[in-house]
Amino acid sequence: MSYLTKSPWIIHYDASSCNGCDIEVLASLTPLYDVERFGIINTGNPKHADIFLVTGSVNEQNKEVIKNIYDQMPKPNVVVGVGICACSGGVFRECYNVSGGVGEIIPVDVYVPGCSAKPEAIIDGVVKALGILDQKYKALKEGGGSN
Amino acid sequence: MSSRRIVVPFGPQHPVLPEPIHLDLVLEDEHVVEAIPSIGYVHRGLERLVEKRDYKDFVYIAERICGICSFIHSVAYCQGIENIMNLEVPRRADYLRTIWSEYSRLHSHLLWLGLFADAMGFENLFMNSWRLREKVLDAMEETTGGRVIQGVCKVGGVRKDISNSKLSEMVKDLDILSSEMEDLCNVFFDDDTVRHRTKGVGFLSKDDAYKLGAVGPTARGCGISYDVRKTGYAAYNDLDIAPVVETGGDCYSRCNVRAKELLQSVDIIRQAVANIPDGDVDVKVKGNPNGEYFSRVEQPRGECIHYIKANGKKNIQRDRVRTPTSANIPALVKMLAGCEMADVPVIVLTIDPCIGCAER
Repeated sequence: MSYLTKSPWIIHYDASSCNGCDIEVLASLTPLYDVERFGIINTGNPKHADIFLVTGSVNEQNKEVIKNIYDQMPKPNVVVGVGICACSGGVFRECYNVSGGVGEIIPVDVYVPGCSAKPEAIIDGVVKALGILDQKYKALKEGGGSN
Repeated sequence: MSSRRIVVPFGPQHPVLPEPIHLDLVLEDEHVVEAIPSIGYVHRGLERLVEKRDYKDFVYIAERICGICSFIHSVAYCQGIENIMNLEVPRRADYLRTIWSEYSRLHSHLLWLGLFADAMGFENLFMNSWRLREKVLDAMEETTGGRVIQGVCKVGGVRKDISNSKLSEMVKDLDILSSEMEDLCNVFFDDDTVRHRTKGVGFLSKDDAYKLGAVGPTARGCGISYDVRKTGYAAYNDLDIAPVVETGGDCYSRCNVRAKELLQSVDIIRQAVANIPDGDVDVKVKGNPNGEYFSRVEQPRGECIHYIKANGKKNIQRDRVRTPTSANIPALVKMLAGCEMADVPVIVLTIDPCIGCAER
């Protein structure tokens, strides 16, 4: 567990996932899990976001979109791959249009396994990512370069 | 005054939709003249996986076509294989499939109502819909083990049984849930804000809906009484079902159809629990399928088709899927032409787009 002085905002993109994990990402915002009480908000704007949640494997068409969103985010930032598809491609890894996990395109800091990943696991992953984000801030302050 | 046409991109990453669809909106001032959809952001190509997987294992893949309609996809696939192999599924398994299908419909419709409220900026309603949805998911998790992907359907029946005492307990929970759902639906029926944003918006005539091949609540909201459950797959032929039909053809009607279907689903589960016979829940499956079958089911979004072709080997030859969202996209494009820019998210959501299904 780590401590951050600002509220971490999340941007979520569905990169060819089956919806299972996306719905669970949204479910963690709603009353039962309610991550908003920790100041975590799901934003639509990459320029406001600190944490990039990607669900699903990567295919030819959304490679560019993922890269685009990642590049627009202010640094330092962290990437969380949610679900087994984001980790390795999962059951779809043999499909002709699947290139593999999100790690093929952008550096991923935390992987959350599961098919589909449960909201508890997603929140755990995000909390872990906060620790990494904190370290990155410190490194940046000490002049260690961005990201 | 003539105005310049501009093109505004909507998606693939957009706060309103958790899924990626891209629309090029051609605008004249604030009016949408034309909407050009482009898809493929979620395409995985899983239909070709049938050539690599054993036909019994492909149920897992069929279930992962979409995480919202998951259970009903597996029912469609299993039903197809069973019909090719002339397997007689135990009646209790049919009833259990029906009960779980209706639970999926409850969770899908509550999810949709929430997202719809979110598209209008009605945050409170969004939270309340999803709060109720968690209760449905709890019932699913208790009986199958999975929240969104159940993995409980298999060729020849189902993997798990629900005891009769648990079934009556579930019906009791549903009684409480349905009174809460009625309160929720009344907001969608009567609230001024909702009416203002949905009445007369995104109109689709009955003729257009028919010509463009709309299915499910999109068609039923335009006055077409078409529900695949009436064809009597699984245990639906033993139950009393009347399709929910509204005639408005606008966003309000499509919303009403879904809200009323919530209570209809509760009623179907009650009937199924009252009539469920005792016995086994699966049969042994021997040999490989040889032949073809056109399997149709009613998903929360409408009619879904699995066309299965097998040639006596352990890998089947073809599993062609046509999902309700693919059928509804032409209708969506028709609705969007001529609407206001600010209404686009609301209209896009009324067909309940499930892009994961549509692109597979």
